[in-house]
Amino acid sequence: MKGFYVAPYLSILIFIVIGIGLVLFTFFLARLIRPSHPYPAKTINYECAELPIGDSWIQFNPRFYIFALIFVIFDVEAVFLFPWAVAFGQLGLYALIEMVIFILILFYGLYYAWKQGVLKWV
Amino acid sequence: MIWPVAIGELHGVFSWLYSLLESTGLSQPWLDIIRYIVLGLVVFGVLCLIALFLVWWERKIAAHIQQRFGPMRHGWHGWYQTIADALKLLQKEDILVDTRDKVVFFWAPVICFVAAFLAYICIPFGDKLIVADLNIGILYIIAITTFTVISLLMAGWGSNNKYALLGGMRSAAQIVSYEVPMVASILVVVVFVGSLSMVDIVEAQSGWFTNWFIFRVPFGPIAFVTYIIAATAEANRTPFDIPEAEQELVAGYNIEYSGMKFSMFFLAEFANGFTVSAIAVTLFLGGWHGPFLPSWVWFMGKTLAVVFLLMLFRWTYPRLRVDQLMEFAWKFLVPVTFANLILGAWMKYAGWYW
Repeated sequence: MKGFYVAPYLSILIFIVIGIGLVLFTFFLARLIRPSHPYPAKTINYECAELPIGDSWIQFNPRFYIFALIFVIFDVEAVFLFPWAVAFGQLGLYALIEMVIFILILFYGLYYAWKQGVLKWV
Repeated sequence: MIWPVAIGELHGVFSWLYSLLESTGLSQPWLDIIRYIVLGLVVFGVLCLIALFLVWWERKIAAHIQQRFGPMRHGWHGWYQTIADALKLLQKEDILVDTRDKVVFFWAPVICFVAAFLAYICIPFGDKLIVADLNIGILYIIAITTFTVISLLMAGWGSNNKYALLGGMRSAAQIVSYEVPMVASILVVVVFVGSLSMVDIVEAQSGWFTNWFIFRVPFGPIAFVTYIIAATAEANRTPFDIPEAEQELVAGYNIEYSGMKFSMFFLAEFANGFTVSAIAVTLFLGGWHGPFLPSWVWFMGKTLAVVFLLMLFRWTYPRLRVDQLMEFAWKFLVPVTFANLILGAWMKYAGWYW
């Protein structure tokens, strides 16, 4: 690849600009030709034709935060696994044993969460 | 064995265009900028064509599985039905809810589409047909497609609708959970290739089709199957489509969207379906390698075959419950994929593969 080193990464920036620009352009195009007749019954929230009771920005039990915590742990592990996977060909047995120990420690955590009943849907 | 190089490769067109651009005598940064702008517009066009085709195809497959014909009136077997639908959506009124969060509601479809669009930088559509061969290719695609979660949460929260909020929350939990087995299945391939670049991964599978990673028993097929399961969940498709379960959540996160904003979600969904299939083809099915035909024909053919598989899943399997979905991810897929990763690494070390 000739050119300066960051050239491939320049494409990401340009694609972000092009993507946002094209979406906004389509919205603009639609705005030119679409009708617009809002009236009160049209602009209330859809709740199967019932009048909505209260806001939906309320506290409720999403039951997902434990999963989110476990995910963060595993994702941090993935950050370590990617460089390990790329360099594995040159590292040999030492890296393999070390990564097995690393994954086992992590899975002990998953086992603990499992036994605590965290993974169960209450 | 090296397969013969076929005529009809497309990269000649692009290198001719680039030499035309070089002859104008611009400096290197400007050449790169103009090249990427042109490629961005080309990719956008290709993406729209793919999405239009996939929508039509999905409707036809659904219809034929249910012993109907599906769209028949517009052209041969309704081939321009989705073009007519897109033009209709362009003219639809944009119904805006009073109680929405204006900024979040507006930017959710934009982020959803841009996240799906950005993944196409790194997909090798054929020999040398890649926008930019980033050296972190597959990691970049995983990172950028995860932005979809943020947009779905934004859509759910910004609509101020209970169905939408539930749909957004569910999709966040689901995509986050299936991210882990997906990464672990991809890592098996990365261990063997020793590179994250998509082009390197494809090149590692050149030659006879037994070099494809799906045929490297036993870890290849296991990684492929777990990847397909996780990818189906990532793309929010049935049997993992509880975020937009029609029967309970009506439409999930996009319930308050109409007109062009809705169609952006729709476009992004099909673009994501194509992306996960393209990754499956690149990682496990040899990418664009194949005999006689041009490489991009092979790539599109294989990818459409995987998309067809996902569509068959959608129209033949019932939907999972939320608890089954989560327990399947954490109690089955995560242990299996990590055990498979260790097995793959051991076989790479010991050299027990061909």
